[in-house]
Amino acid sequence: MSNKIVLGLVLGGVLGILDGLTAWFTPAVRAGIVGIVLGSMIKGLIAGVLIGFFARKVHSLALGIVFGLAVGAFLAWIIAFMQHGYYFQIMLPGAMVGLIVGYATQKYGASSQLQRA
Amino acid sequence: MKFLPDQVVARLQTGMQTPDLSGTRYRALRPLGHGGMGTVWLAQDSILQRPVALKILTAENSSADLAARLMQEAVVLARLEHPGIVPVHDAGTLPDGRTFYCMKLVEGKTLDRYALKLPLRERLRLFQRIAEPLAFAHSRGIIHRDLKPANVMVGSFGEVLIMDWGLAKVMAGTGESSATGQVPGQIMDTIGESALAQQEGHVLGAIEESPEAKQEGHDMDAIEEPSLAKQDPRNVVDTAKLSSPAKQVSGHEFTRAVQGPLISGALAPENATAHGTILGTPGYMAPEQERGDVNLIDQRTDVFALGSILQYLLQEPPGSRQSEAYSRPLRAICAKAMSAEMSARYASVQELAADVGRYLDGMTVSAYRENIFERTVRLVSRNRVAVVLVLAYLFMRLLFILFSRH
Repeated sequence: MSNKIVLGLVLGGVLGILDGLTAWFTPAVRAGIVGIVLGSMIKGLIAGVLIGFFARKVHSLALGIVFGLAVGAFLAWIIAFMQHGYYFQIMLPGAMVGLIVGYATQKYGASSQLQRA
Repeated sequence: MKFLPDQVVARLQTGMQTPDLSGTRYRALRPLGHGGMGTVWLAQDSILQRPVALKILTAENSSADLAARLMQEAVVLARLEHPGIVPVHDAGTLPDGRTFYCMKLVEGKTLDRYALKLPLRERLRLFQRIAEPLAFAHSRGIIHRDLKPANVMVGSFGEVLIMDWGLAKVMAGTGESSATGQVPGQIMDTIGESALAQQEGHVLGAIEESPEAKQEGHDMDAIEEPSLAKQDPRNVVDTAKLSSPAKQVSGHEFTRAVQGPLISGALAPENATAHGTILGTPGYMAPEQERGDVNLIDQRTDVFALGSILQYLLQEPPGSRQSEAYSRPLRAICAKAMSAEMSARYASVQELAADVGRYLDGMTVSAYRENIFERTVRLVSRNRVAVVLVLAYLFMRLLFILFSRH
């Protein structure tokens, strides 16, 4: 088991990249795929750190999932707001990624005290 | 000539068996169970005002040999201070000359009566708890040698106690025994078996529970449950095996093994039970124990018996469908623990319990090499929620792709 913040960071980053890559299937935005992937990765990294930090402080699977969902949805809303559209297409996957990271950090992340022991 | 009525005879017999506790702090209340060597009585400790259990030699068995054997059982138990081992409070000789020891009164059920109603996973967790006191005893150099479901008690609050250390063996070279000046590597048998008990096919050290005790749920020391014992095929004594010349118990050897110095705690080398002596319960005895290879007996002998208990716990009620109890990893754990070759078994009960723990945690067990399909199934079932979340995400993405094309 890895540290909760590191796990959140890695998982958020990886899922963010994968999430951004799916934009390739939308011909209208294919031209800007690099920017989308980078933006999605940064969004995932920020969400991962926040969710991992929350998981370290709050040991609750349910609260971790809710927090992950909320952070993922909020960051995705910011992106969608900057894009002036595609709210549903951006926010739903973003919220899902936050939910997965929230679950994983609570379930599989080791607390720092345990790691020191 | 007029014969006495049966009731009168029974009353006289009971009167003869009732121990003389005059001048002691104990007051006998009623028998809880009886076995080949002694009877366990429910008694009241008049000073501490608490019920206790007294294991007392029966009148007809009150020879010096058996007295020493009972005392040694008390000495072994007194060495083992662990929550999973019944504590001994007192030991000595009663005014009528019978040897006794006083122990905590344990209320609960024996494993064979308690466990089979439980779900499999609870049974496995219970099994892990059985291993703890046993591991402790092994760390003190004591081998139980008569582990079986009837010798494991589960208390009212789920606490597990290993009972009936009457056949326990003290390994030389441990901290305490080496202090008595034993030769390293020498094996000391604490208890032997009376030829009489063998002839009668009695399980050694086992105590038959009295009807009153059964009604009130008191289980004292090792109590036999006849009806459930019948269910377990391993409780059937293989008379053919026992009567073979190589496996017969020598009463003389037993007598030699339990001389006086044991009471003072000095385990003299001449007390070692002779090679060829069989002690234990058929079906739960390791092959080396069945052969009477006393010199080979070590903690792996208890590992075998513990494996037999695990196999017993994996039994499903008659008519039940195939269940997790038949899973290959669990069967492999049993097979490894019960391997005929000592070297092929788990080296310690901790290793066995750890493997069961790994199974419960959905991890791979050391006893079974799984193929890629089994590993995938195990990983998916262990991380079911995560798999569902990822699949849900992928499904959502797939829908987005399909809709974006239209």
